[in-house]
Amino acid sequence: MSETDAFVARWRPSSFLPAADSRDGALTFVIAVLCFLACLTALGVIASDRAARGWSDQLTRQATIIVRPKANETPDSAAARAAETLAGVKGVSEARALEKEKVEAMVAPWLGDISDLDDLPVPRLVAVDLDPNGPATAADMDAALKAQGVDGIVDDHSIWTADIARAAGMVRWFGAAVFGLIAAAAGAVVAFATKAGLQARRDVVEVLHLSGADDHFIARLFQLRFARMAAVAGLFGAAGAAIIGAGLRLAGGEGGLTPVLPITWTDLLAVAPCPVLAALVAAIAARLTAEGLIRDMA
Amino acid sequence: MSRNPHAAEAEVEADHVLRFEDVSMRYGRGPETLRDLNFELEPGSFHFLTGASGAGKSSLLKLIYLAAKPSKGLIHMFGEDLSVIPPAEKPLIRRRIGVVFQEFRLLEHMTAFDNVALPLRIAGRKPDSYRQDVAELLAWVGLKHRMHAMPATLAGGEKQRLAIARAVVNRPDILLADEPTGNVDHDMSLRILRLFVELNRLGTTVLIATHDQDLVARSGRDVLHLEDGRLARLDAPGPRP
Repeated sequence: MSETDAFVARWRPSSFLPAADSRDGALTFVIAVLCFLACLTALGVIASDRAARGWSDQLTRQATIIVRPKANETPDSAAARAAETLAGVKGVSEARALEKEKVEAMVAPWLGDISDLDDLPVPRLVAVDLDPNGPATAADMDAALKAQGVDGIVDDHSIWTADIARAAGMVRWFGAAVFGLIAAAAGAVVAFATKAGLQARRDVVEVLHLSGADDHFIARLFQLRFARMAAVAGLFGAAGAAIIGAGLRLAGGEGGLTPVLPITWTDLLAVAPCPVLAALVAAIAARLTAEGLIRDMA
Repeated sequence: MSRNPHAAEAEVEADHVLRFEDVSMRYGRGPETLRDLNFELEPGSFHFLTGASGAGKSSLLKLIYLAAKPSKGLIHMFGEDLSVIPPAEKPLIRRRIGVVFQEFRLLEHMTAFDNVALPLRIAGRKPDSYRQDVAELLAWVGLKHRMHAMPATLAGGEKQRLAIARAVVNRPDILLADEPTGNVDHDMSLRILRLFVELNRLGTTVLIATHDQDLVARSGRDVLHLEDGRLARLDAPGPRP
């Protein structure tokens, strides 16, 4: 077999478009950074959501009773009676009266040192742990206290849990908005790059046209190129975010970095779809841009 | 090279491959570069398109290879009115037209073999169905030993022959060439002319835009002469070779 025959037998079609140029490296870097930020946002939202759920669970498992002593009893005895009453309510795991010193410490940030003001009517508090499987309601506890003639106000923390739920929801929406913005920015970057790529390779596009390629065929070439590039960039961005997430998890030990931002190992899987999503965004942006431009060129 | 398979069909479909009816053309809002052109090319005919620079030769070719639209008049090609064909069908028409440019327009990132195979790949053919055809075509244009070369390493004549091979690999019904001998020496001009004549014998309609009066005289073929955007059909200037 001659050298020419061997070449013909071995020949494989080359790419329709020229190999990557210097702009492609910069574009890959920009998309990788955007993907990195998007993945960090996703991890942050997941961790914030978990933290909010944790706080919410903690609050809903507890209640606080503010006890006002009657004229014929001391604050300590009123608190003890309230704790004893609540301990017998179905759905209450434990009820304990907080010592005077603890209560004074709790109000100190607002009232200052009041330990020497015995006449100040500081109310006594009863901390109640609720059965997580069937917690007592505020109404149950209120009824039980009234039945025993205890003057107390039941705080089931519902105001706080609603606030936390609202805050967690806002964090989720904020995360989604940031995610959307980053995706839009990535799309815009790819659209810009597609435009530049098409202008720079106008000669190639014209030859492809004259050789019988239709607009969709040419647009698909650019679509595949940028989708592939974005997938690689997404892989790098996701890997970077996963490394940062793993670092935070390791630095935080068992409970996560802090109770404020608890990251688990499984959270890191959230970055896995990033290359696919990046490729999808790039493919759509490149396709739409290329088809419009090629139509204009034609 | 075997006879063009489309040529016989074209003869049955219509008595012309191309017909211009009162065609004018302008770029944007500029003056008309082509005015009231009326002519037709019969299947298997061979014409030269001559005229001074700026006479409108390249514009006329652009109209034929669908890179421009007339501002007035009708163009019929292969029995189709180009003004009414849907955009999706234009690529199918283009596949029946081979174009050779003065500046070659080869794809610099592809080998000579890849450049010639390009129209076949775009048409969706599998590599195994055409790799031998491409090799034979490159041998026919005298580039068998250069099939793996990149265009940048080829001489002017080699590039021109490569561009011709790419233009005819799809067995087009009509072959257009814009100053195909503008960048080559006299001997190479004659060699390239022989390729066009041979393709024409195989049934391909050929239209060559050129300044080269010597080439026109040697060929003895019909001439379409443009003057200031208007067409004057001249007689064949001499005996055919």
